[in-house]
Amino acid sequence: MSFLQYLISGLSLGSVYALIALGYTMVYGIAKMLNFAHGDVIMIGAFTTYTICSALGLPPAAGVLAAVVLCTLLGVCIEKVAYKPLRKAASPLAVLITAIGVSYLLQNVALLIFGTNTKAFTSVVSVNAVRLADGQLTITGETIVTIVSCIVIMAGLMIFIRKTKAGQAMLAVSEDKGAAQLMGINVNGTIALTFAIGSALAAVAGVLLCSAYPSLNPYTGSMPGIKAFVAAVFGGIGSIPGAFIGGILLGIIEIFAKAYISSQMADAIVFAILIVILLIKPTGILGRNIQEKV
Amino acid sequence: MAILEIRNLGISFGGLRAVDDFNIEVKKGCLYGLIGPNGAGKTTVFNLLTGVYKPSEGIITLDGKDITGKRTIDINHAGIARTFQNIRLFKELSVADNVKAGLHSQLRYSTMEGILRLPGYRRVEKQLQEQALELLRVFDLEGEGEVLAANLPYGKQRKLEIARALATKPKLLLLDEPAAGMNPNETQELMETIKFVREHFDMTIILIEHDMKLVSGICEELTVLNFGRVLCQGTTNEVLNNPEVIRAYLGE
Amino acid sequence: MKALKVKMKSDKNLRSNLITFGMVIGVYIIMQVLLAAGVVSSLVRGLLVPLCTYAILAVSLNLTVGILGELSLGHAGFMCIGAFTSAFFSKCMQEAIPIAALRFTIAILIGALCAGLMGLLIGIPVLRLKGDYLAIVTLAFGEIAKNVINMLYIGVDEAGLHFSTKSSLELNLSENGTVIIQGAQGITGTPNDSSFTVGIVLLLITLFVILNLIHSRDGRAIMAIRDNTIAAESIGIPITKYKLMAFSVSAAFAGMAGVLYAHNLSTLSATPKNFGYNMSIMILVFVVLGGIGNIRGSVIAAVVLTLLPELLRGLNDYRMLIYAVVLIAMMLFNWAPACIQWREKMVYRLKSRKKLTKEAE
Repeated sequence: MSFLQYLISGLSLGSVYALIALGYTMVYGIAKMLNFAHGDVIMIGAFTTYTICSALGLPPAAGVLAAVVLCTLLGVCIEKVAYKPLRKAASPLAVLITAIGVSYLLQNVALLIFGTNTKAFTSVVSVNAVRLADGQLTITGETIVTIVSCIVIMAGLMIFIRKTKAGQAMLAVSEDKGAAQLMGINVNGTIALTFAIGSALAAVAGVLLCSAYPSLNPYTGSMPGIKAFVAAVFGGIGSIPGAFIGGILLGIIEIFAKAYISSQMADAIVFAILIVILLIKPTGILGRNIQEKV
Repeated sequence: MAILEIRNLGISFGGLRAVDDFNIEVKKGCLYGLIGPNGAGKTTVFNLLTGVYKPSEGIITLDGKDITGKRTIDINHAGIARTFQNIRLFKELSVADNVKAGLHSQLRYSTMEGILRLPGYRRVEKQLQEQALELLRVFDLEGEGEVLAANLPYGKQRKLEIARALATKPKLLLLDEPAAGMNPNETQELMETIKFVREHFDMTIILIEHDMKLVSGICEELTVLNFGRVLCQGTTNEVLNNPEVIRAYLGE
Repeated sequence: MKALKVKMKSDKNLRSNLITFGMVIGVYIIMQVLLAAGVVSSLVRGLLVPLCTYAILAVSLNLTVGILGELSLGHAGFMCIGAFTSAFFSKCMQEAIPIAALRFTIAILIGALCAGLMGLLIGIPVLRLKGDYLAIVTLAFGEIAKNVINMLYIGVDEAGLHFSTKSSLELNLSENGTVIIQGAQGITGTPNDSSFTVGIVLLLITLFVILNLIHSRDGRAIMAIRDNTIAAESIGIPITKYKLMAFSVSAAFAGMAGVLYAHNLSTLSATPKNFGYNMSIMILVFVVLGGIGNIRGSVIAAVVLTLLPELLRGLNDYRMLIYAVVLIAMMLFNWAPACIQWREKMVYRLKSRKKLTKEAE
């Protein structure tokens, strides 16, 4: 029974990672950059919901909506101000370091507003827990909502990319910016849209993460952000189903490692498995292998 | 005596036979041309020769030594050097340093000698500089030794690539479309340089080229590839007058 | 003419190297004078050794990032290994080798060697990966190193060394035994052997080795691989050998920085702050802001960016915020193509205006 219980916790945590990783992977696919600030957008989303719900006492739905709207705007702004001017920079490291700067900025803005003390986040989920097998197995409301929303969002994204014009434009831009521009695609708009979607997902992920693990401080987002990035690489960065699979796997591995081996070593084990996977399949589970033409 | 012998060479990518039953014999000191329409598999032959791809079948012998399936660096040490269709220079290094990198296996000193600036370092670096300049002079580049390779004009970049390949002291030099993107004057000049290299370094050269003026001007023997197979082989005159070759190039 | 050119080139490198060394020595002398005059605040005094540590870290990471052209986010991991192996040695040998200078010299060698070996071990499988994949794997390595050290308990008694991953009690030490590494609490009581002078000497050694390596046959091979791996292979340069050389030398010096760091503290523990990925990223920021491949720039950036938040200390809560804004602004100013163009235009205008005024005169 405990095995199943762990598996469910793993799926729940994995779904959060998957949501963050989806944003990571979309942004990477299109802008070819590691958006180190992505994890901090999660934190901003969670703080927004916290402010609306706990401080102002408004209903959870309003809090989630506010978080999504704010993070979307934030994502687009960050892209416009900090990343866009560097899109054609001589070294790809330039935009990476700027992203780190943005990450510091978001953390310190949150620090100024909310202070260093960890806040207790009130869960936004009001679904009741499900008890199975005579109460031996409990699935919390948060778990159900997290897993369901992750699956729904992933499916929605896949349909959006396959079926809509904007989605196809994203694929085209991620393949070849120049050619896409020549085909009349609004490259800047498409990239902005990708950041908007990625950041909205981060907001949702932040709220769900803090609902399941209800402690919130300005650094809450950075480790899940890094792990989600690992998940995206795991699955093959740039691939949406890859991010989903990578996220779920990472969550399960982490929970199992905590439960069966050592909670201190959990992170080390997750990272070690990542290294092994990349050594066997250098572009991740679903990543495409592109060879340089000689 | 043949310096390069290829027997029954072939490679497939997925289901595609990129090169099939390729045979060739190149005499020492020969200027050999490899021609054919785009996508015929010419560069693939170069890639097989230099170990970028491993052949599915066939044997490659260089100067009596079997080099089939060896690693690229071992093949270079065995005596094959090449240039690339899409120029591959060390762009952030100076022109002289590009050639010195080519001399890497020829003139050595240990890491310790380099870090501690021991006499060996000074002696060999001096030789490196002299030999690099000597090679650059052949290609009229000695005045640009300290320029970054990326800042050279296109035609000179192609020449520098040849100089770098020659620095490895090869027995066989492979030139992949050396005249691509050059104007007629530059091509003419390049023809003279290739001839000079052959005489001066006693070199065997195989070149891939689309410029027929260059091919008929300097190549002594030709192989025509079409769809990965040898269409025709022989002296330049024979081949260029072969009706099948004309058909492959001009269509029916 | 020919001989002249040979001389010119090596002269240029030599002069550039001498400026770098002169700069470091100059700063050292000025600091010593100020210290003797007693006008240096205790805050700045406390920063002197960390400044040397960061400068060494930045210079060594630049070898991987700028010269080899591979992105590593695990530099703090190598620093961590150097710090702990050397602190372990110093703690064990505190009585056996009472001469501090000798003990510390051996500690430095051990720290650098262990980190370098680790670089080699990690590098062999990992350097096959490219770009962002390499970045994430090195990041993973750094986190693993930190994590493993955090759960390690090592004690020593007459019977020799005892290991455990659970607690110091499980070491089963005899009564005379001492715990040396105590899990997350790390190592306490490392001899305080580091000093500003030692830091400067180590920085000079780092600069000497790395600058000379870059301007040698090996450095040329490493940069050739960076610029075009396929071409480098085609001219017979052994790719793996040189990638490993650059990576492990870089790791060894990071380890040396770790030794300096460890012997400057009475308590050494592996926290996310000092050995986590945040540290690796901070070092990368030094490298990129100082100029990728520009060794002198790395030293300057490390010093300026370490001092900046300290100088802003008066602004309390706002200082890290300002640091972040300055970082973003500097990146945009230095790297955005639009900014670079604007700067060139300004310089051109300024020059032509000068010319005009000169002609008018």
